[in-house]
Amino acid sequence: MQLNTKHFGIIEVDEKETLYFPSGIPGFEDVRKFVLLGRQQNESPFFWLQSVDRPELAFVVTDPFYIKEGYYVDVDDEEAAEIQITDPENVLTLAIVTIPEDIRYMTVNLRAPVLINTKNNMGKQVIMKNDTFPVKYYIMTGGSEPPAVKE
Amino acid sequence: MLVLSRKKGQSIIIGNDIEISVIDIQGEQVRLGINAPGNVKVYRKEVYDEIIRENREASIIPVSPEQIKGIRITMNGKPEDKEKN
Repeated sequence: MQLNTKHFGIIEVDEKETLYFPSGIPGFEDVRKFVLLGRQQNESPFFWLQSVDRPELAFVVTDPFYIKEGYYVDVDDEEAAEIQITDPENVLTLAIVTIPEDIRYMTVNLRAPVLINTKNNMGKQVIMKNDTFPVKYYIMTGGSEPPAVKE
Repeated sequence: MLVLSRKKGQSIIIGNDIEISVIDIQGEQVRLGINAPGNVKVYRKEVYDEIIRENREASIIPVSPEQIKGIRITMNGKPEDKEKN
């Protein structure tokens, strides 16, 4: 199917690769269908979670296990059940990246990862109850906010 | 908004299967106990709001895919050599 996107123009994607988010994601509850773009291109740790129905809506995502040593996802079974996860082997874990104008302040949301059940292509953003991992993990400095640069 | 007064040890029921009890009151802090089915997610409002805010912020991407592709990182934030040649 053809997909209209803000960042990549009109692209062709296989309909079978559509990911279905039954609850959308917080703040975008009505957006249910996404596709992953650029994941096969190994040269960058970043790829894209693009809305199927809203061309302008996309998120940059990355692999949180690559970003943060010792990362783990801790969610209730009930949360995993919403997208029918039964085997952790079949879960793709993504973290949403926030990119400000000054990319040195790029952050990754490690508290609320996006889980994708690769068996049925269902997805969900889960929020971990404990605060072991931050919502804003500064990627360039290994966690803490970079010091302000003197003008 | 419905406003109810409850004392320590009392509770309210929402629907058929959600019970919220006042466990303890210490000055300005109230401890609540929540009994709800597994499919009802309970979050502190500020955490949920923070995730919504972060998602909205993340959906605004001020740089091009090419620029993003050029960003190199390594595990735990140590920047990789930008040019390998």
